[in-house]
Amino acid sequence: MEIDWIWGIVGGLMIGLAASFHLLVNGRIMGASGILGGLVDRTGWSTWAERLAFIAGLALVPVLLIPVYSGPVVTNITGNIWAIVIAGLLVGVGTRLANGCTSGHGVCGISRFSLRGITATIFYLLAGGLAVIVFRHLLEVI
Amino acid sequence: MIRLITTFLSGGLFGVGLLVSGMTDTRKVQGWLDIFGDWDPTLAFVLGSAILPMAIAWNIASRRARAVLGNALPGKPRVEIDRNLVLGSLMFGAGWGLVGLCPGPAIASISWGGTGGLLFLLAMLAGMMIAPAFRARLTAMAAALS
Repeated sequence: MEIDWIWGIVGGLMIGLAASFHLLVNGRIMGASGILGGLVDRTGWSTWAERLAFIAGLALVPVLLIPVYSGPVVTNITGNIWAIVIAGLLVGVGTRLANGCTSGHGVCGISRFSLRGITATIFYLLAGGLAVIVFRHLLEVI
Repeated sequence: MIRLITTFLSGGLFGVGLLVSGMTDTRKVQGWLDIFGDWDPTLAFVLGSAILPMAIAWNIASRRARAVLGNALPGKPRVEIDRNLVLGSLMFGAGWGLVGLCPGPAIASISWGGTGGLLFLLAMLAGMMIAPAFRARLTAMAAALS
């Protein structure tokens, strides 16, 4: 368990450095839902190549680590198809409505004491905790 | 071209960080949200250690006008707390808790998430596609009520 914390800190620092690099070098806020969502609804079409480059890096670079990583990547994604579809829809609509997710509001927002980032984080943590209580402990579907 | 490479690198380092930190494991994410069950504190360490360097980066950015590649740095954040921010975050959080994936790890999981990960990503893309219509509907409803 302790080793998980250490990897959490190392990985977290890498995420923070990626966000710092993206801000100071590229001049952009590293928000995963905004970068992808701007392509999907075309509001960010003028910067489509940059967005695709970010997504390509995010999807492809970690794979290079897998050979040196201990065994296959464990995702533990639920086998409940309905849960996956409903959760995906909620995450897609919700992050676009709120203009951000864990990376944009959480990492990039809280670190600049953004009131919106902090508020969003409080509400998505609250809803996330409630969802686990309801679906894991009460309904026992996940 | 250089910007595409540096942006690719940002995305890459973000993805590696997600993998190393264990945030690609949905059970770890749900374990952190599960305060009444077997609570797993890892995510707090991840978020905390990601915020730290970023706070320093914002501090450096506040004393500069432009990014290294020449474009303007983002301005001050908006401050208004509105219905869309709160409702959107509640919806996002509910989906995040239900399956344990948020947008970053969902994109990264293309490479290893199997059918479950792919299905989640497709549903998330569909959600992003209908989001503008949903937002317009909400605005219309709020206007009708007031």
